[in-house]
Amino acid sequence: MDRVAIIGASMTKFGEREEWLRGLLAQAGRECLDDAGVAPDEVDHLYVSNMASGEFEGQTGVCNALAHDLGAMPAYTQRVDQTSASGGAGIYAAWQSVASGASEMTLLVGGEKMTHRTTAEATDVIASLTHPVEYKHGVTLPSFAGLTARRYLHEYDAPRESLAKVAVKNHENGLDNPHAQFRKEVDLETVMESPIVADPLRLYDFCPITDGSAGLLFCSESVAQELVPEDEYTVISGIGGATDTHVVHERDDPTVMGAAVESSDTAYEMADREPDDVDVAELHDMFTILEFLQSEAVGFFEQGEGWKAVEEGVTERDGELPINTSGGLKSKGHPLGASGVAQAYEIHQQLLGEAGDRQVEAEVGLACNVGGFGNCVTTTIMEEP
Amino acid sequence: MTLNAYRCPNGHVTYPGHELCPECGEEQTEEIDLSDEIGEVVTWTTNTAPPPGVRQPNSLAIVEFEVEGTSVRAIGQLAEDSEVEIGDEVRPVYAEELRNPDAGIRERESQEWDGYRFESA
Ligand SMILES: [Zn+2]
Repeated sequence: MDRVAIIGASMTKFGEREEWLRGLLAQAGRECLDDAGVAPDEVDHLYVSNMASGEFEGQTGVCNALAHDLGAMPAYTQRVDQTSASGGAGIYAAWQSVASGASEMTLLVGGEKMTHRTTAEATDVIASLTHPVEYKHGVTLPSFAGLTARRYLHEYDAPRESLAKVAVKNHENGLDNPHAQFRKEVDLETVMESPIVADPLRLYDFCPITDGSAGLLFCSESVAQELVPEDEYTVISGIGGATDTHVVHERDDPTVMGAAVESSDTAYEMADREPDDVDVAELHDMFTILEFLQSEAVGFFEQGEGWKAVEEGVTERDGELPINTSGGLKSKGHPLGASGVAQAYEIHQQLLGEAGDRQVEAEVGLACNVGGFGNCVTTTIMEEP
Repeated sequence: MTLNAYRCPNGHVTYPGHELCPECGEEQTEEIDLSDEIGEVVTWTTNTAPPPGVRQPNSLAIVEFEVEGTSVRAIGQLAEDSEVEIGDEVRPVYAEELRNPDAGIRERESQEWDGYRFESA
């Protein structure tokens, strides 16, 4: 089978940006095409991953806007929304378009513009994904994190500090990422003494609100071989997407991310890989607790033991299985629609040996992108050709 | 406004109700009033950075009820002054307006805004 290859990748600086969404998407889109040396009019399908441009800035139709701004007409274009997992869902859509033969060259650009809103407003836009029986109580994504973290610590006897160590690790990785929003080391004490946001979680357990964009360019491996040298592209060897309940409290076990289990199972099977084969991973650490839950759900560690890996340094950059070498959403920032795309950008750089000071030894990488509180998940396995 | 769970002919119970039973796909035909029941706290949190129109801080709990041998959970605010721990017993107490329906992003007319908080039993 002709696999789907990634021949170009880009990401803008994440953080507080002056540009609005159209400008951010255009920057990442242009840099991505430049990275591969492909002209805009060669793009057959153009996908834009974005959760809420209408709600955040009153701009809809962003996929068509990007096609025009880049000169990619008459490409087929579509906006992909799966809330925080829009980026992963965009990878899935782009992969499908090439794997099916519908598109020879597919550009995916994810982005979000958020920082012009207050934290409370941005939190409310994101919380609008909840069920009415949740929303009326003022339930937010951070409060799901607090509820789940308390249950996790209670059930598995994990120390509160283990969550803080995720933040410390990811901030340390972010120091070496020029695209990251926060390039600032934080120590355990700072995390443990930061203000409570959703008890037992504190400010440093949460990712920031961010503007930014990232892009990926897809074609079949046979086309990639004609266009770029073999050490300049990666392949998607497996991909899976799945959903869990909309109402979060209806899950049998609040500490299990069912859609991460399902989507990773599908991805491993397609790639003919096992969790042990993965050398580097980007997990959706919107909240520190999510890194534990996903590291267990995708099979790296037994249920209830993800916290031990952090304690033992397994997931550090020089550990056995580095997780979030990019700094994760935690320090890199989380422009909703861009995050899943930026995860794959990091894996792409790692596999190509272009991750600079963050470089680890890796032939197989995994990215897990989560929407809602695990409501929608896409897992992607990428490899050297 | 009620605190009603819904049951299908195969005995699956959910709160809230759904178009079809998420477990078996059959229609949910029976309503079970939870508002007079005692439930047990599964977990709780206090959110100090709530969205617009929500009380600050906003304490929330996931509570588990036993309905004829089947458990069903609900999420809700904790009543003022109710400090709870995992495993504590709580009872639902009615509140006319849980948050200001005009302050947030969701349309007032699209959903209900009254409901039940939980207080220590
Ligand atoms: Zn049923």
